[in-house]
Amino acid sequence: MSGESTYQPGNGFARWMDTRLPIMRLVHDNITDYPTPKNINYWWTFGGILTFCLVTQIVTGIILAMHYTPHVDHAFNSVEHIMRNVNYGWLIRYIHSNGASMFFLAVYIHIFRGMYYGSYKAPREVLWILGVIIYLLMIAAAFLGYMLPWGQMSLWGATVITNLFGAIPVVGDSLAIWLWGGFSVDNPTLNRFFSLHYLLPFLIFGVVILHIWALHVPGNNNPIGISVKSKQDTVPFHPYITVKDAFSLSIFLILFSYFIFFAPNVLGHADNYIPANPLVTPAHIVPEWYMLPFYAILRAVPDKLGGVILMFSAIFILFLLPWLDTSKVRSARYRPLFRQFFALFIIDCLLLGYLGAMPAEGIYVVLARVGTVYYFAHFLIILPLLGIVEKPKKVPESISASVLGGSAQAAE
Amino acid sequence: MTDEQQPVSEEPTRRDFLYLATVAFAAVGAANVVWPLIDQMNPDASVKALASIEIDLSSIDIGQSITVSWRGKPVFIRRRTQGEIAEARSVSFDTLPDPQGDETRVTKEEWLVMVGICTHLGCVPLGQSGDFNGWFCPCHGSHYDTSGRIRKGPAPKNLEIPPYEFVGDTRIKIG
Repeated sequence: MSGESTYQPGNGFARWMDTRLPIMRLVHDNITDYPTPKNINYWWTFGGILTFCLVTQIVTGIILAMHYTPHVDHAFNSVEHIMRNVNYGWLIRYIHSNGASMFFLAVYIHIFRGMYYGSYKAPREVLWILGVIIYLLMIAAAFLGYMLPWGQMSLWGATVITNLFGAIPVVGDSLAIWLWGGFSVDNPTLNRFFSLHYLLPFLIFGVVILHIWALHVPGNNNPIGISVKSKQDTVPFHPYITVKDAFSLSIFLILFSYFIFFAPNVLGHADNYIPANPLVTPAHIVPEWYMLPFYAILRAVPDKLGGVILMFSAIFILFLLPWLDTSKVRSARYRPLFRQFFALFIIDCLLLGYLGAMPAEGIYVVLARVGTVYYFAHFLIILPLLGIVEKPKKVPESISASVLGGSAQAAE
Repeated sequence: MTDEQQPVSEEPTRRDFLYLATVAFAAVGAANVVWPLIDQMNPDASVKALASIEIDLSSIDIGQSITVSWRGKPVFIRRRTQGEIAEARSVSFDTLPDPQGDETRVTKEEWLVMVGICTHLGCVPLGQSGDFNGWFCPCHGSHYDTSGRIRKGPAPKNLEIPPYEFVGDTRIKIG
């Protein structure tokens, strides 16, 4: 916490408790009275939405595990059992499977918001790094979970991704066999993937607590990117931000509900309703939409090891972002050139996503290579140079000055 | 509950109404979300589909018993001897902890059908043993008679009679 604690125990029991386990003080200082910049906009509500997504995935996941059987002979049928026999099983499974997509949708908005407003810059580098770790764990959890229904896409997706490790020199083959617990993706693989899929959300939960801790030391960034200077710049988290988060979550849930109730399979692949068959590979192996840009990068490289390295680098480069961006100005609002390159970067990510879904042939491969080069150029060339060549606009004196901008300037 | 006697400032404001309406709406929504999460643990359709079974009794002679599995529990089916029937019907109600006539416990006097789970703590009693020629539960020493009624020991109730009906002379449907 940045400020002094403002907690006042309300009664005798609260005072008694406060000297033994000051949990009410923790809640008061970090939720109720946590000072939040008063100018944060709706892009800042995705932290709350993501917390909701994580809890939803854990609750529905624990329930699904009550009815699911992690065995190659029973996994596919037990998922159908959930869909047909278990009371509301269809609802719980559709929440869980679409919940993964909604989780990634929210996390991508959250990440791009951080990139746009420079939320990764000092003193929030550790906060950003913890966020990237959460994102990596989410990718792992989603990949492991996608294997569990044991359909054709589960089996062959797992086969393709685990074979990536076979590209590592010398130890690659042994590593793949170690991952599989056999000589191909089979029952031992399914069993351990189920175990790890159950573990990862709790690791994510732990890192989320660290993430929030690291957030509450410097406090929130805000749309103008200037640090809080006085109490006039902030509002208490409750009720101002809780209400704003709740409203945003309600809108988000409308979209979530649309997928659950009207298009529950539109984000998945039809082939995953065919039971896994180790002797036949589907015509096109396509990952879930949220992995597509990285899949495009993997296939853009004509070398097995090179493709694997570039794909992982595309994620790991995010760890270095706080030091690759050399500009001292946080918010893109005052960085005219960066804004344009940020737009290009988003277009590049969307293009890579599109290409990841297309067959790896002809013009698609050429475009994927262009997109891949641009993706890395954004981080390694454009961001370091922009901080040097760009002339930022004048930033406001304080958050209050920017909020009251019109009248303050008129008065001068 | 009349607001008239209270000062004007104590009257609910529009804000109070909005607040209550919002909380009530959220509470109803939350309850609707929570119910599927609870109900999923109730017996599912595949379990309910196995809830009734039919059994052929033609191979059971007088004085023989079989045990069948119904809803995961043992069900005792015994073709009683005339002696056992007479014994069950001659008991005075005063001596029964859970008074029940033998006539109300059987459809046909020869056939005793009951759930073979001790009403004390759920063990399976042993047949044709105990002090009353009926069943004896080895876990905590409950004695049941030839009608499956509790006579001695800690069990509070007679052995449960499942819902069943004869679908033929020698065929019954349990459940």
